[in-house]
Amino acid sequence: MRVAIIGNGVTGVAAALSIRRLQPDWEIVMISGESSFHYSRPALMYVFMGHMSYKDTKPYEDSLWRKNRIDLVRGWVTEIDAAGKKLIMHEKDPVSFDKLLVATGSKSNKFGWPGQDLGGVQGLYSLMDLRLLYENVKGARSAVIVGGGLIGIELAEMLHSRNIHVTFLVREESYWTNVLPIEESQMINRVILEQGIDLRLLTELKEIVGDDSGRVRGVVTNEEEFIECQVVGLTAGVSPNVALAKASGIKTGRGILVDWSFRTDTPDVFAAGDCAEIITEGEGRNLIQQVWYTGKNQGKVAGEVIAGRHSVYDPGIWYNSAKFFDLEYQTYGTVRNVPVEGEDNFYWEHPDHGRSIRIVTKDGVVCGINVMGLRYSHRVCESWVAEKRSLDYVLDHLGDANFDPEFYEKCEAEIIKEIRKQAA
Amino acid sequence: MEQKIIDYDFNEETLGFEEPEKAPDKPLGTGEKLSLAVLGFGILMFALQSMGMPPGGTWAGFLLVFLPVFFGTAFYFHLNFKGTVPGIKHDNIYFRGLTNKGVLGWLVGIVFTGFYIALYWFPEYLAGGIKIVNPLSLALSGSPANNWFFYGFLYTLAVFIFGVRMFMKYRHNRYQKIRTASVMFFQLGFAFLIPNLLMLFNQPEFYLSYFWPLKPEYLFPGTLSYFVNHPGGLGMFLIFWGAVMTFIATPLLTYYFGKRWYCSWVCGCGGLAETMGDPFRHLSDKSKKAWRTERWLVHSVLVFIVVTTVLLWVNSATSGAVFGEASMSLKKWYGFYIGAIFSGVIGVGFYPIMGSRVWCRFGCPMAAVLGIFQRYLSRFRITTNGDQCMSCGNCSTYCEMGIDVRAYAQKGENIVRASCVGCGVCAAVCPRGVLKLENGGTFKDRFSGSDKPLGALIDSLKHV
Repeated sequence: MRVAIIGNGVTGVAAALSIRRLQPDWEIVMISGESSFHYSRPALMYVFMGHMSYKDTKPYEDSLWRKNRIDLVRGWVTEIDAAGKKLIMHEKDPVSFDKLLVATGSKSNKFGWPGQDLGGVQGLYSLMDLRLLYENVKGARSAVIVGGGLIGIELAEMLHSRNIHVTFLVREESYWTNVLPIEESQMINRVILEQGIDLRLLTELKEIVGDDSGRVRGVVTNEEEFIECQVVGLTAGVSPNVALAKASGIKTGRGILVDWSFRTDTPDVFAAGDCAEIITEGEGRNLIQQVWYTGKNQGKVAGEVIAGRHSVYDPGIWYNSAKFFDLEYQTYGTVRNVPVEGEDNFYWEHPDHGRSIRIVTKDGVVCGINVMGLRYSHRVCESWVAEKRSLDYVLDHLGDANFDPEFYEKCEAEIIKEIRKQAA
Repeated sequence: MEQKIIDYDFNEETLGFEEPEKAPDKPLGTGEKLSLAVLGFGILMFALQSMGMPPGGTWAGFLLVFLPVFFGTAFYFHLNFKGTVPGIKHDNIYFRGLTNKGVLGWLVGIVFTGFYIALYWFPEYLAGGIKIVNPLSLALSGSPANNWFFYGFLYTLAVFIFGVRMFMKYRHNRYQKIRTASVMFFQLGFAFLIPNLLMLFNQPEFYLSYFWPLKPEYLFPGTLSYFVNHPGGLGMFLIFWGAVMTFIATPLLTYYFGKRWYCSWVCGCGGLAETMGDPFRHLSDKSKKAWRTERWLVHSVLVFIVVTTVLLWVNSATSGAVFGEASMSLKKWYGFYIGAIFSGVIGVGFYPIMGSRVWCRFGCPMAAVLGIFQRYLSRFRITTNGDQCMSCGNCSTYCEMGIDVRAYAQKGENIVRASCVGCGVCAAVCPRGVLKLENGGTFKDRFSGSDKPLGALIDSLKHV
């Protein structure tokens, strides 16, 4: 039995390791045109800023793959021949398979802005993008970033570390308010401004303007303001990278359509991670998850299914984390940017604005927690949500969740006092 | 597929990612320039006085050198970091020659190494500098400065100057600040002032912060008989102190706090590594091969010093009848190869090449003992926050002991490693708040986390 995996990102790798565990004798081949070995995509920014070398971003020693007989192929798949059970490669021999996992990840969104294909305009997702950024910052003094999400602020931090002046265009009234409640969002606004980034809220990109050589020389905003720049970062989110699957006749929607066990409509072809769209019969919108953790967990389940186990993906209780310059953020459970009917928000913020916590209850039961500038335990917060604990219970045990380093100022007493006041 | 992606043929493995182009840096502020000028003045004074110019050898001369050196550097670090927002400051580490084994890094390595060679074998070349610190030596110990006093003084000065840098670099992190204050305190008090003051009062020079087996002679029969015969009660106290620290405090404190109570809070070698060595911490080798080498080397040194100590005692008990001169030559051999070459020349000299903890990791027998306790009988562990790790590798990169922290964190496992000195930097640099240094309530649950699904998955593979 021979399994081919397209993509060596975290999903592909989690699947490969999962298959190897269950099927010691199967052949596994993992294909990537992007890099020879699996690297940590979230670490790209640290390579650019000089915190880490490229080799430091590789989560496993190179020898792991050989020792576990996972064959690595460097190259681009140009077509999936599902009927003929083979992958057509660019300038390489085809790769045959019995079962296939498509884990092609995401691609940066472009919304048809005028000038979006000019030189100096780019997204940030892959090693190719990083390499392109090295070219694009040559001689650059100022940059404009469009789109107030996680990649946008990372790119701002990267360019800022090279002394490039950054103007950050955010369409919403505040940074990332399509995800974060306004208070947390405003904490991040302050962080961005404190770094000297020119944050423009309620500002949209109208047009990217090029010079005669086809390179960007500035952007025009919806307020008709011209901002001069040599680099434009388009970071208005990502969407599933379905081009290969779609062209090869595998059924796609926004992503590659799969069931809860990551089977596509095509026999022996599976898809998981960022590129997959899980069909949720009768549960409303299909599920597309595009963060590191979901990629890892989906890959693991997909691997089990491919290896012949019965396994069904359970998204579990949501969690995520990020760092906005120096401000850390963790979220557990469901915290909406704007509360819906039946939800109550309890919020405490340290007077220095560096720390905050939000506890959300729905019908009296804690359903979500946001922390900013504090570290809280994943296991503890998850158990509160899973066990449907009351606000009182959570406040009584709040200290158990603190995951800050030793000697850090403990804020739990004030948090409890403030939130009890709000709840009274 | 887009043509430009198909055409992508960059080999990230061989080309690496060199420094991206940078817009001009902001010019140094007046305060920073002034601080550097003051430092420059101090260095100039040092150079002139060590060549015999007045007022070398007087208090005025001493102050003219070291006040500007200390305050110039300290203010420079202060102003340099003060201009930035508190947080992790690792921009450009891999782009600078000094911190990425460039020409400057090698140059500094050669200068450090040269200094140690002079210190151990050619102290006459340091005579000029030794003379400058003479007034302080006379005041503290009552005797003229020698190369060892000069070394101790510079060592303490370096811990203080770079301690200021650590305070500023980690001013958002109380663990780092308190820990840095601790190594500064123990270096100044226990490793510099007290040993010298003991000499002033005609007592044996004794370092209260070093014990067997790091300072093996403190349990050698010769030292003990010297202390026993020393007039006054202090000799007995020092024997008592040394024995208590080695046999009682070491296991007990390590049980409660891990080896960090010593390695990154008290020890002078650790103190220098955590201050002056901080800019080089990422240069440690993280490979499994290095880990294997480390275990062989550090435990060999421990075995060696245990054997030497036992032989010396047998020799002493039998008045040399059994081993004759053999145990003495072992002792000398240890002093030369381990004490001088390994801990000094390589240990500090190679900071800019192999990282700041070469000695602590590969050579220190005290670290080996503490490590055995930490691995098998300690409440200390680094816990991992659920599944929040995204494998970025900052923790492993900045582990001065070369531990591949990420290998555990990405499996959701606790980190329990003999070599971990508990510096806390992995937890500080983690952008997702995944790591936490903890003293648990018991040592039995320290490995918990390895039952996590993905951890079990990877563990079940044969060769990870």
